Amino acid sequence: MSGSTKTTAVAIAAAAAISLLASACTGSSNNTATDDPNKDVTITFWHGWSAPNEVKAINANIKAFEKVHPNIHVKVQGNITDDKINQALRAGGSGAPDVVSSFTTDNVGKFCSSKAFADLTPFLKKSGIDPAKTFPRTMLEYTQFEGDRCALPLLGDAYGLYYNKDAFKAAGITSPPRTMSEFKADAIKLTKTKGDSYSQLGFMPNFHGYESTTTHLAAQWSPTYFDTSGKSNVATDPAFASMFSWHQDMVKSLGGFAKLEKYRTTFGDEWDAKNPFQTGQVAMAIDGEWRAGMAADAGVKFQVGVAPFPVPDDQADTYGKGYTTGTIIGVANTSAKKNAAWELVKYMTTDTDAVVSFANAIHNVPSTYAALKSPKLKLDAAAKTFVEIAQNPDSTTTPASINGGTYQLTLQDFGYAYEAGKQTDLAAGLKGVDTQVDKDIAQAK
Amino acid sequence: MSAATVHPLLKAKRRRATLRNLAFLSPWLIGFSVFFAYPLISTVYFSFMKYDGFTSPTWNGLRNWSYVFNDYPFFWPALRNTLWLVLVMVSTRVVFGLGIGLLITKIKTAPGLFRTAFYLPYLAPPVAATMAFAFLLNPGTGPVNRILGDFGLPTPGWFNDPSWSKPALTLLALWGIGDLMVIFMAALLDVPKEQYEAAELDGAGSWARFRYVTLPNISPIVMFAVVTGVIQTMQYYTQPLVAGKVASGVIGGSGQQFEPGYPEKSTLTLPQLVYNLGFQRFDTGSACVIALVLFALAMMFTALLMRRRNGFLSAED
Repeated sequence: MSGSTKTTAVAIAAAAAISLLASACTGSSNNTATDDPNKDVTITFWHGWSAPNEVKAINANIKAFEKVHPNIHVKVQGNITDDKINQALRAGGSGAPDVVSSFTTDNVGKFCSSKAFADLTPFLKKSGIDPAKTFPRTMLEYTQFEGDRCALPLLGDAYGLYYNKDAFKAAGITSPPRTMSEFKADAIKLTKTKGDSYSQLGFMPNFHGYESTTTHLAAQWSPTYFDTSGKSNVATDPAFASMFSWHQDMVKSLGGFAKLEKYRTTFGDEWDAKNPFQTGQVAMAIDGEWRAGMAADAGVKFQVGVAPFPVPDDQADTYGKGYTTGTIIGVANTSAKKNAAWELVKYMTTDTDAVVSFANAIHNVPSTYAALKSPKLKLDAAAKTFVEIAQNPDSTTTPASINGGTYQLTLQDFGYAYEAGKQTDLAAGLKGVDTQVDKDIAQAK
Repeated sequence: MSAATVHPLLKAKRRRATLRNLAFLSPWLIGFSVFFAYPLISTVYFSFMKYDGFTSPTWNGLRNWSYVFNDYPFFWPALRNTLWLVLVMVSTRVVFGLGIGLLITKIKTAPGLFRTAFYLPYLAPPVAATMAFAFLLNPGTGPVNRILGDFGLPTPGWFNDPSWSKPALTLLALWGIGDLMVIFMAALLDVPKEQYEAAELDGAGSWARFRYVTLPNISPIVMFAVVTGVIQTMQYYTQPLVAGKVASGVIGGSGQQFEPGYPEKSTLTLPQLVYNLGFQRFDTGSACVIALVLFALAMMFTALLMRRRNGFLSAED
């Protein structure tokens, strides 16, 4: 073999070896659960809660679990982001968690299809739990992907209308709006201009107005994101076109996109006391059940009203529905202690007292039928409204997708362009969304 | 002498010499293999595979490449933004850094104070600095627009306006000019004084002195600043991401979907896409394609600049 041939051969061999090595360096997952949950074991649980009251509540829950299962010790790690979860699940190993909870329901599709989360169906069967009889429909929907149940709901969130009762009184409005036309009229009545801005805005319709996102608003039209074959359905379902037309009308009626966007830049952070609803900058807002507690903590100087978000005029009989989502919990497929991990997941998601006490502590919507009916559930008027929204049969959620929330981002991107007047052809724009969503899904499959 | 007639002792001596040389080279060889060759070959390999990080990679042919170039809506805007930043941000940073360096070397009153004042911003953590800039340049509540308005000047949307977001990022980069200022100051102080004196005797004005004495002497440093600037800008990630998040109001917490590149994809950069695809969408293959595009671009820019090798030669050479 000549020198150059030898060098080439060595280079090829090295490349092949590196490639093989590269392919071997992948997180491995297995679906078997062979550990004995009755043996003394320590499992790791990762969650995203960070507020002191939330951390206290979750720790109390874990303590109660350890009392019931003295052989299972739980190492808790809070304030974990989705990105950290993703990387830990991919890496596996002793540092990876056994049980994971996430606020991003959109990731369920990724977690299930990639087998990052273990399929919980065998565990549910073994424990004699019928998900359909245990959990509300929408919550079951966002915790599975294409029949693969790799997650369970751990409390839920519902979105509704927050309104400033004092501002309503001053504007002569006696009750919260129930239809979109009433909502528009009230928003205009509540809007007070000041120079080229506002001293009070009835409602911030712009899609960057915190929770007034395309998906949260679209839920009021009960849309279908995908057809039966899994293709994007945005251009076909008239719900989306109706929502965008309504939205554009709201933007125009309240002063136009540029003026509203400039006003939006004066808003404080969504998650602190300077939230625009709490400061009185906006008189109505779409938000989750947590806002009531946050507004109380911020010491708002007006009476806060809560109601379901209005519905389109032609769907007036569905008033009471809203967008629902929540926290999900699953067992990491890389875990070598799946049976013990399942015991924790089962306890946190199906033990009525555990669900109720956690819901009471962090003001979230309980995620089981039994917990919703529990006499121990402490519901103030605001919480009651959100529980009713969550239980409403017409309430909807965003379905899981193989590439997470990418389809929502695509729709959102179109929404931004459409509200800003950069895209004017609604039908063509929605067709474009369909095309892009289908391309992204094809790439992920 | 043919290999067959080489004395065995000589052969052994040569082998020992080769092994000794390799032993001396081994730290570099190991480092190069582990931190450059292996990742690069892996990246090429994965760019042709379907790989989500959970299951074993499978052959995907050119699908990842086709997806990135034809179907991924963020790629071309991110590439355009990256090229804009390479051309505009790098050149303005070099000019500004040199200007500040020249000024500081000329200042007689409290030069230490000025040096510190200009260098300190460079030490600010990028996230904190970007957040501070986002608040300063907030079109609704920021002091910058209030001052501009008071003078009757136009008040841009800065990080909220797609035509102003990159200039705003450039302003942020100019604020943290301390690194370039220091190397330019060192270069400027190294220019032989006699050359200035000779030029002055020949009647050269300040521009001529700068053009024919300063620039030739510091040209290697200018070239170094440009090359490192290009490579750094290719990796520009934190500042545009934070600026976009803060300005959009969507921090991406609590299960929210964050739109990268706010406003209107104007702050998207290629490294953001690598992260988004590889670590958030589990599409390692497409992420590797973009990483290779970045690598090729960095190589191309560096090669172009290195071809002007005489830029590296000082006047003395």
